[in-house]
Amino acid sequence: MSSSPVPLLSVSGVTLQYKTLQHRVTATYRVSFDILSADRFVLLGPSGCGKSTLLKAVGGYITPVEGEIRLKGQRVVKPGPDRVMVFQEFDQLLPWKTVRQNVVFALEASGRLRGKAADERAMAYIEKVNLARFADALPHTLSGGMKQRVAIARGMAMESDILLMDEPFAALDALTRRKMQDELLQLWEDTRFTVLFVTHSIPEAVRIGNRILLLSPHPGQVKAELNSDGTDPVDMRSGQRLSDRIHGMLFDDSEAVAGAVHG
Amino acid sequence: MASLPPARPEFVRDAALAEEFGVVQQPLTPWDRIRNSAFARKTAILVVLAALWQAYAMHLGNPLVLPTFTATVHALIDRTVNGELLARAGTSLKVLLEGYAIGLVAAFGFTVLAMTTRLGNDLLETLTAMLNPLPAIALLPLALVWLGLGNPSIIFVLVHAVMWPIALNTHSGFQAVSNTLRMVGRNYGLRGPAYIMKILVPAAFPSILAGLKVGWAFAWRTLIAAELVFGTTSGSGGLGWFIYENKNLLDIPAVFAGLFTVIIIGLLVESLVFRTIERRTIRKWGMQN
Repeated sequence: MSSSPVPLLSVSGVTLQYKTLQHRVTATYRVSFDILSADRFVLLGPSGCGKSTLLKAVGGYITPVEGEIRLKGQRVVKPGPDRVMVFQEFDQLLPWKTVRQNVVFALEASGRLRGKAADERAMAYIEKVNLARFADALPHTLSGGMKQRVAIARGMAMESDILLMDEPFAALDALTRRKMQDELLQLWEDTRFTVLFVTHSIPEAVRIGNRILLLSPHPGQVKAELNSDGTDPVDMRSGQRLSDRIHGMLFDDSEAVAGAVHG
Repeated sequence: MASLPPARPEFVRDAALAEEFGVVQQPLTPWDRIRNSAFARKTAILVVLAALWQAYAMHLGNPLVLPTFTATVHALIDRTVNGELLARAGTSLKVLLEGYAIGLVAAFGFTVLAMTTRLGNDLLETLTAMLNPLPAIALLPLALVWLGLGNPSIIFVLVHAVMWPIALNTHSGFQAVSNTLRMVGRNYGLRGPAYIMKILVPAAFPSILAGLKVGWAFAWRTLIAAELVFGTTSGSGGLGWFIYENKNLLDIPAVFAGLFTVIIIGLLVESLVFRTIERRTIRKWGMQN
């Protein structure tokens, strides 16, 4: 092993809790992982493993009760434009702004760029996601896949340290989802951004990620951290495909196997 | 036990060419188009109502109780041409806009306070629960004692009529803004006033606009009622006073003309001001169909 490189984002011993009206629920327990620059880091686990809560903590919306999250050595304490979130919900676009205005809004509200510079950067990223023809369309006239592409363009235009994606393709139909996964990988080939991607789909994790963190549920704890080259290779030792190995690890101690996997 | 279905051959087919369809789109007949127009249907209703009114009034033959429709229109045109109705409506509208504007600003201030502090939230909820059901006109006697005969009293009552419905609607609109949009706003570093103006206000605009409409209707009603109760200030009263005066003079067609003016202004504001705002904002944004 060579000397370990400096992580871009380090999550160390993070315990997250949230309160409902009756209970205090522990979502994750002492989770640690490091993300390096240009990683496509995937948080994978079944419902209730706290992966979305973890992402929100990295986003700065939730403060850990134990442990800490550091981005480039700086402690994360509140939301900020250095960690841009892309959500699952289609209503993450501002419905009163056009595609172009949505991207410009992000750049201007965060103080990244103003005026013409913001507009040019926005158009460049809208072209990257192949929506130049719809730059002046309002979000409600777009399909679900197009809305998510706008959200991705808006996130990427920020050129932030890390892109946080919370199941961005989960609400799309299977064909569109597959296409969007390819497009995301293509965008990564072009610009090599760093992304932290949350999903509950094993095939999606295997396709998208170069590093996959498996979380077990109730509360979320790290089960394994695996490498992936996107081709779902057969492991020499176990003779299993990566996705089957993951499936075995996630579900060996639970009966809920059926229906949990879709791509 | 059911047997398996029989084997069937597969087939693949090309889509039919456009020429084979015949008619795909056909324009509607003029009659269909008239019947589809809400404006045409509502006009027809108004014409029928006017005809019924005219027939009954002529049958009754007592202009002191119910003047005919034509006599009312006549009075309306006469009083408009000699400028009296316009001046009265102007007086009313000026007071109305003053009260509406103050009420709007106060409502907005209250709501922002309610969004930023928990105590402000409790304050707004308690006050709206107490004061929203209270008819504004019921405060007029008190206002007269506190502020005397004159515009300040009317404006006081108007502010009360406008503030609570707008605050209530704006507040519930703010609360209904989706969590995702809130997180997006904070993600890009928006806080405080910028967050409220750039995220909460546009996202809650359907509710805010509904509040503005209700506030407008309440204000208009309250104003006419207040003018009827103590009417004139400094010689020239508004529309309510016009109605009251003409009742005293037993000029019943003019009373009806006054009521007509109240209705017409209400309709104009609804169709010109609020519809236009609606079309250019929430409909365009796909927030309302």
